[in-house]
Amino acid sequence: MEPFIHLAGVRKVFRKGATEFLAISEATFDVMPGDLVALVGPSGCGKTTLLKILAGLYDYDGGTVRIGTGTHPFDPSRDIGMVFQQPLLLRWRRIVDNVLLPTELLGLPAKASRERALALLAMVGLAGFEDKYPYELSGGMQQRAAIARALVHDPKLVLMDEPFGALDALTREKMNLELLRIWKESGKTIVFVTHGISEAVFLGTRVVVLTAGPARMADNFEVQLPHPRTLDMKTNERFGEYTRRIYHLLGME
Amino acid sequence: MTAKTQTMDLLPRYALAVLSHLALVLAWYLFVRFGDVPKFVMPSPVDTVKVLFSGTYEWWPNVLVTGTEIIGGYAIALVVGVLLALVFTWSKWLEAAFMPLLVSLNMIPKVALGPLIIVWFKYGVFPNTLMAFSIAVFPILLTTARGLREVEPDLLDLVKTLRGSRWQIFIKIQLPGALPYIFSGMKVAAILAVAGAIVGEFLGSDKGLGYMMLQVQVTLDTDAMFMAVILITLIGVLLYGAVLVLERLLVVKDARID
Ligand SMILES: Nc1ncnc2c1ncn2[C@@H]1O[C@H](COP(=O)(O)OP(=O)(O)OP(=O)(O)O)[C@@H](O)[C@H]1O
Ligand SMILES: [Mg+2]
Repeated sequence: MEPFIHLAGVRKVFRKGATEFLAISEATFDVMPGDLVALVGPSGCGKTTLLKILAGLYDYDGGTVRIGTGTHPFDPSRDIGMVFQQPLLLRWRRIVDNVLLPTELLGLPAKASRERALALLAMVGLAGFEDKYPYELSGGMQQRAAIARALVHDPKLVLMDEPFGALDALTREKMNLELLRIWKESGKTIVFVTHGISEAVFLGTRVVVLTAGPARMADNFEVQLPHPRTLDMKTNERFGEYTRRIYHLLGME
Repeated sequence: MTAKTQTMDLLPRYALAVLSHLALVLAWYLFVRFGDVPKFVMPSPVDTVKVLFSGTYEWWPNVLVTGTEIIGGYAIALVVGVLLALVFTWSKWLEAAFMPLLVSLNMIPKVALGPLIIVWFKYGVFPNTLMAFSIAVFPILLTTARGLREVEPDLLDLVKTLRGSRWQIFIKIQLPGALPYIFSGMKVAAILAVAGAIVGEFLGSDKGLGYMMLQVQVTLDTDAMFMAVILITLIGVLLYGAVLVLERLLVVKDARID
């Protein structure tokens, strides 16, 4: 099968005046349709930069980026959903209206969009909170709403930049399970940035490891753990091997 | 985002506010009644209210004049302040050129402008409206410009990936996001507009409550002076109250800046 995302030798240099900063020296990996790829690496190694290149927000200075295939076409102007570390909900809009923002920007039909938004809110476990304002929701709930917002226009690709980084450990574990369920139900291709090593292994069908200064691809492997994933897998032998492998690469043993 | 640490029901809140006002009037009354205060220094509340109905002065036309100056200057300040802020957020060049200039101009004490304004525009409602405007426009301009700039870069990225237009960003994100800031500027401006109009009337005018105060000062009619101050304050309170009501209608509780 053809990869949905194909990155080969991607290079990114930030320029400010005469100074150049090499943020990504060489990123190469493929993502299959329906994959959940976890991008893991230390702070400052270029994960967000890479995600922004995928989102079409940054140019790159070399290599190839190709998204979409004949059977899985990709329209860069409407097929991206984004989730950030902060929920970034508009605080003057009710939750359902926040979820609807992408559909308004794209000019999608209001009535059908609303139904879809309500269904998505139910899927992320926020049924009954549609008409609340963001401040009436906990951080984890706000992040669920942000996930619903990223899905509402039915994008082919969802980019998540440390979406659970601001949550407490317990909520984070819970959200991991939720995300896996949402991913299965929606069938989206997801690129998930994290600096949580066990989070990467737990979530990813594939893990891409970046090392810092400048970002270099250190590893890229398929995670052969069965689905659905369960929390007790974190204690099994193979899970431990995967996490050790990453710790080793990041020089943190 | 500020969390209200203490919330209170509305009814006891209003009741307490009314009570504190009444208490002040009562204290004033008792002070004058039992403090042996000469009438020309401080009249009692009763005398003060009496002068309103005595027919000695034409209160209503003067209230209208001062009210027009305040509300007019304020309204112009609101429109000009918000529009300028808009232009500045759209054009970095214009902002770089004119914002520092406006900040310098704002340093001019507006009172010092009074005599000049009179030379240019003579006595009357218009120059005093101009005074109110000149002093009220800055807080609105500054807070609005600040509010329009407060957009999360990540949120802009989200809009960009969906090819959102500049107009969509403005109408869906910037403007509603700036509203709490605009209102905080409007509150400050409401107080300043009142001061501006009255200073204008002090400096040169032939009608209005400020002008009246100068007239009755000569005759030591302190009752009337008190009444004039009260009426001016009432105009200010009405304006401020209207702004608060509008804020309540337009800004979600969580986003209000006190
Ligand atoms: N717009 C920019 N201009 C200049 N340098 C930048 C820019 N964005 C990122 N960088 C630099 O590129 C490097 C990678 O940044 P990036 O934000 O991609 O890291 P990250 O892996 O997402 O880190 P974190 O885990 O802390 O979010 C950093 O050294 C950063 O200073
Ligand atoms: Mg980052």
